[in-house]
Amino acid sequence: MFSGYIITVAITIGIYVILAISLNIITGYAGQISLGHAAFWGIGAYCSALLSTRLGLPFWAGLPLTIAITALIGSLLAIPCLRVREDFLAITTIGINFVVQAVFLYVPFFGGAMGIGGIRSPFGISSFFWITLIFVLLCIALDRWLVRSWIGLALESLREDETAAAISGIDVVKFKVAAFAIGSGLTGLAGHLYAHFMTFISADDFGFPQSILIISMIVFGGIGTLRGAILGAVILAVAPEIFRPILDYRILIYGALLIFMMRFQPGGILGDQSLVPRIFKAVHQKGLTLMRTGG
Amino acid sequence: MIWQQFANGLAIGSVYALIALGLTMVYGVLRILHIAHAGVYVLGAYLGLLAFRLVPNFWLALGAGMVGCALAGIIIQRYLYMPLLALPRIVPLIASIGLFISLEEVYRLIAGPYVISFPANPGLGSIEWGIVRITNNQLLVFLVTFALLAILWFIMSKTKLGLAMQATSQDLETASVMGINTERIIAANFLIGSALAGAAGVLVGVYFNSVYPTMGSIPAYKALAIVVLGGLGSITGTVLGGLLIGLGETLLIGLTNIPFPRDGLAFIIMILILMFRPYGLLGKE
Repeated sequence: MFSGYIITVAITIGIYVILAISLNIITGYAGQISLGHAAFWGIGAYCSALLSTRLGLPFWAGLPLTIAITALIGSLLAIPCLRVREDFLAITTIGINFVVQAVFLYVPFFGGAMGIGGIRSPFGISSFFWITLIFVLLCIALDRWLVRSWIGLALESLREDETAAAISGIDVVKFKVAAFAIGSGLTGLAGHLYAHFMTFISADDFGFPQSILIISMIVFGGIGTLRGAILGAVILAVAPEIFRPILDYRILIYGALLIFMMRFQPGGILGDQSLVPRIFKAVHQKGLTLMRTGG
Repeated sequence: MIWQQFANGLAIGSVYALIALGLTMVYGVLRILHIAHAGVYVLGAYLGLLAFRLVPNFWLALGAGMVGCALAGIIIQRYLYMPLLALPRIVPLIASIGLFISLEEVYRLIAGPYVISFPANPGLGSIEWGIVRITNNQLLVFLVTFALLAILWFIMSKTKLGLAMQATSQDLETASVMGINTERIIAANFLIGSALAGAAGVLVGVYFNSVYPTMGSIPAYKALAIVVLGGLGSITGTVLGGLLIGLGETLLIGLTNIPFPRDGLAFIIMILILMFRPYGLLGKE
């Protein structure tokens, strides 16, 4: 239906959308700044690659195992994060990213600098696209369910005021770990898709710049909102393709975009306080009143 | 062998401390993680190099790097951070990361992506005590760092400005009620911190005889580890943390041969210490 290039870009976008949704749960809803999200993604991808190449597990058998293992490791890595708050947390997660990447790069079990290749994908590229799309939709559904559930409410209260949440009887530790577990479970899914899509992974794919890219996506789109996470992921994943003609200035544009966005529209494009949603709301309100008054 | 590694570690550690000091001073007054500080450090190296090309004198290059960075620091504070202060912490953080990315790209586009040599060592001579040999380069780093730290100590503890800076970092509102012009003090913090980063940039450029656009990426995150280790905002803690990380990684890598990168190691040390002291070595709650 479409050319291979467009499908490849679309699958990449899909994987980034899943990553943005998962980070949005940890940082946007629960308010725990994570600057090491690519580490969890890498854990998922390496886990999936090892299950596939060492144990020969097929795609669908590896999937639940990868998600479970990544969620487990994610919640274990969240334990050091429970001891620290805010800025200390941000830096601890940077540290986790560097350490995890170093482990992938220097431990021979993980293939070292060569990475892991030869991951078998059972699908052609267009069926892979449909599978990715279905998983993106499932993640969106999970996110909607989470926000409406008791867990979502508890996470939000953590973000707004941790002490007040604890006083009102919310088990802070339990819900922080839950946020990290759900978030990293979803990155496990993203890692599984990525490993089977690329069929080759290496430690460089999951470095700190990737973490920056993922958090930029949700901040750019509007942190704490699902629509913002999706839009941010789509824009920042498509941008490198659009700016391909001016290759040399691509990263400069990305950096400048982040500065100007934070300076003039700090809530992101679709954040609750930002311009676009306010206009939309105003127009919507006006439409409603017009309909009611019959004029 | 071990003493030689010790000298190497101290030299690297003192440069780390110089870079991290600016971060800690900025954090002390504004509570912002100033990632772009490493971009200022690279600016110092390039400005020093430029000055050295015009007039081949190390001390002039050092001065040019420090003055240029001090100016850059004030501009960043005035036009980027001040308007973002009231917003959630993540907003200035992302803006700072964006600035750091942009600065690296600007250097690459202007000066080219390659390594430029910086042969500016004034040749102070080397010292040998038995088995320990402090090289020409190391001596330069020690002397300049020591002089700068002494000046910083004098400003912070013996002058009115230093007193006002300490008061502001302890409690900005109370300080301003007591009649301190806090805006000027914040600017002073950026000025001094950025000048120190500029000095560190020139020193590292000369020490390794190389200047390149991405020379700030690893110090950017390692300086964060050091600042956290020392207890965010504590100046003594930061100097200690810098020396500790510099010595720790050099000794561990040099003596044990463990196949692990330096940069991962600094963060492992940091995470382990944070587990037992969640507010850093000398931090207060």
